[in-house]
Amino acid sequence: MTVLEGVAAPPPKIEVRPRAVSRREWWLRRIPLLPALIYVVVITQIPFVVTLWYSFQSYFWDVPAGAHFNGLNNYKTVFTNAAFRGSLLRSVFMTAIAVIVAMILGIALAVLLDRKFLGRSIVRTLIITPFLVMPAAAALVWASPMLDPNFGLVNYLLAPFGVNHVAWLSTYPLVSVIVVMIWQWTPFMTLIVLAGLQSQPPDTLEAAKVDGAGAWATFRELTLPHLRPYIELGILLGSIYLVNSFDAVRLMTNGGPGTATTNLPFYLYQQVNYAYDVGGAAATGVVTVILTIIVATFALRMFARVFQFEEAAR
Amino acid sequence: MTALPIRAGSRPGQLRTLSGRVGWGIVAWVVAIGFFLPVLWMVITAFKPESAAETWPPKFVFTPTLAEFRLVFSGMGPFLTHSVIATVGSTILVLVLGIPAAYALSVHPIKRWRDGLFFFISTKMLPIVAAIGPLYVIALHAHLLDSIWLLIILYTAMNLPLAIWMIRSFMLEVPSELLEAARLDGAGRIREIASVILPIVTPGLVSTALICVIFAWNELFLAINLTVTNAATMPMFLISSVPQEGLYIAHLSAAATVASVPVILVGWIAQRSLVRGLAMGAIK
Repeated sequence: MTVLEGVAAPPPKIEVRPRAVSRREWWLRRIPLLPALIYVVVITQIPFVVTLWYSFQSYFWDVPAGAHFNGLNNYKTVFTNAAFRGSLLRSVFMTAIAVIVAMILGIALAVLLDRKFLGRSIVRTLIITPFLVMPAAAALVWASPMLDPNFGLVNYLLAPFGVNHVAWLSTYPLVSVIVVMIWQWTPFMTLIVLAGLQSQPPDTLEAAKVDGAGAWATFRELTLPHLRPYIELGILLGSIYLVNSFDAVRLMTNGGPGTATTNLPFYLYQQVNYAYDVGGAAATGVVTVILTIIVATFALRMFARVFQFEEAAR
Repeated sequence: MTALPIRAGSRPGQLRTLSGRVGWGIVAWVVAIGFFLPVLWMVITAFKPESAAETWPPKFVFTPTLAEFRLVFSGMGPFLTHSVIATVGSTILVLVLGIPAAYALSVHPIKRWRDGLFFFISTKMLPIVAAIGPLYVIALHAHLLDSIWLLIILYTAMNLPLAIWMIRSFMLEVPSELLEAARLDGAGRIREIASVILPIVTPGLVSTALICVIFAWNELFLAINLTVTNAATMPMFLISSVPQEGLYIAHLSAAATVASVPVILVGWIAQRSLVRGLAMGAIK
C-alpha cells in the first residue's frame, strides 16, 4: 500500500458527505448521472430481456409462420448440443491463452521499453502499432500475405529453419488465430504495464539498490507488487474484448476447418445468419450470459480489490 | 549515467552499463521490427502490382504502383462516409453522456457511486454477441436496420462504460482546493464543470475520445450483422475487397492499409495520451 501512495500523486479528496443531504442536493448529485444510466439500461438491458423472451420461442427467419412458444426446447438443444459445448470451450481456451501470453510478453516488453536506449520512442511506436491496426485488416493480412502456404512471408522467413510451405490456417488453425490475437493485444498490455513501471517511485528502487538487492529480487519484491493493479486491469480489459473475438475467426478461418476455430461469437453468428434460428441463438445467448455473470462476479471482485488499493492509498 | 550514482567513478562499471544499454537496445529493436513486420508487409504489398504480390519467393524489389490504391479509392466513398459518421457521432454522444455521469461519480459523488460504477463496468461484460438475434429483430421493428443511427446508438453503448470510468479517474485528479475556491466564488454546478473541471480534464477527454474512436472505427461484428449497404462501414469494405477467385493480395493489402492508416496515424501522434488514459484506469 505504501508503494501506491507515490502513484496517487495528490490523493484525490472526496468530501465526506454530510449525514442529511438536502433534497435539492440529492437531485443535484443524481441528475448528471441519469442520462447515461438510462441510456445504458435501455440500450444494453432491453436486448437481453428480448433475448430471454425469444429463448422460449421457436422462431426461424425462413419460416413464415413467425414465432411461437416452445417451452424449454431451445435450452434442451443447447445443453445436448456438442457444437455449443465445443465453441464454449474453444472461447475460454482462446481467451485464456491469448490474454496470458499477451500479458507475459507485455510485461517483458514494458521492462525493455522502460530502459534507456537509442531510438526508444521509435521502438515504442512500432510496438504499439498492431493494437491500432483494424482487426479485420489484421486478420486478412495475416490470412493471405503473411500465412499463405504458397507465397506467404512467414513461410519464406522460416524456410531456413526447414519449414516448407506449411498451410498454417488448415494445419494449425487454432494456433494461427490465437497468434494473431496475441499479436494485436500484446501492445495493449505493454502500454498498461509500462505506465505502471513509469509511475514507480525511483527512490524505492534506489534504496533497494543501495541495500544490495539484485535486479531480479528487486523486480519480484518491489516492481511486481506495484504492477499488480495494472496487470489486473490489463487482464480484465483484455478478457472482456478477446472473449468477443469475431474478426480473426470469421476472416482467417471462417470457424474452420470443420469447427476447429469456432468460438462462441462465431457460433452465434452462424446460428442467426445461416441456420436462421433466432430462438436457438437466443437460448445460447442466455446460457452464455449466465456463464459470463458467474465469471464476471469474480472479475468484479478483482475490481473491488483495486478500489481497496485506492482507499488504502488515501 | 544518471542511473549509477554509486559506482559513477569506476570505468569497468561504466563500460558494462554502456554495453548493457547497447545490448538491450538491439534486443528491443529486433522485437519491435518483428511486431511491426506484418504492418510493413501489408504496406509493401499494397504498392505491388498484383502479379508481383503472389510469387515465390516473395518479391522485395519491384516497381511500385498506385494502381490498387486507385481501385480502392474509387469504391470506398460510401463506406468511408458511414465509418466517419458512426465513429464521430458515437464518440461525441459518449462524451456528452459520459462527462456528467463521471462527474456524478467523482466530484460530488452520489452515495452509492461504487455500485454505479460497477453497473457500468458490468454491462461491458455481458457479451453483445449473445443478443445479436434479438437485436436484429428489434432493429427490424424499429426501422433501424441498415441505418447509420443504429451503429451510432450501439457504438455509444459499447464505449460509454470504459469512457465513464476513464473520465472519472481524470476528474479525481482535479485539486479540491480549486473546487473549493470556485464554490466560495459562488459558482454553481454548471460553472464548476465548465470553468474549473473541463479545462483541467481536457487532455484526459482527448485520450478517452481516442480510445472510443479506435474501438468504433474498428468494429465489425455489429456492422456485419446489422447493416448491408446503407450503413456498411470500412471493415465491411475490407471484406468486400476479397473476391471469390483470381489474384487479390495486392488489392486486399491496399484496402487494409487505407482502412487502418487513419487510426494508426492518430494513435502514433497521441500515444502519450493513450498511455496516460489507459494507466489512469488502473489506479483510480
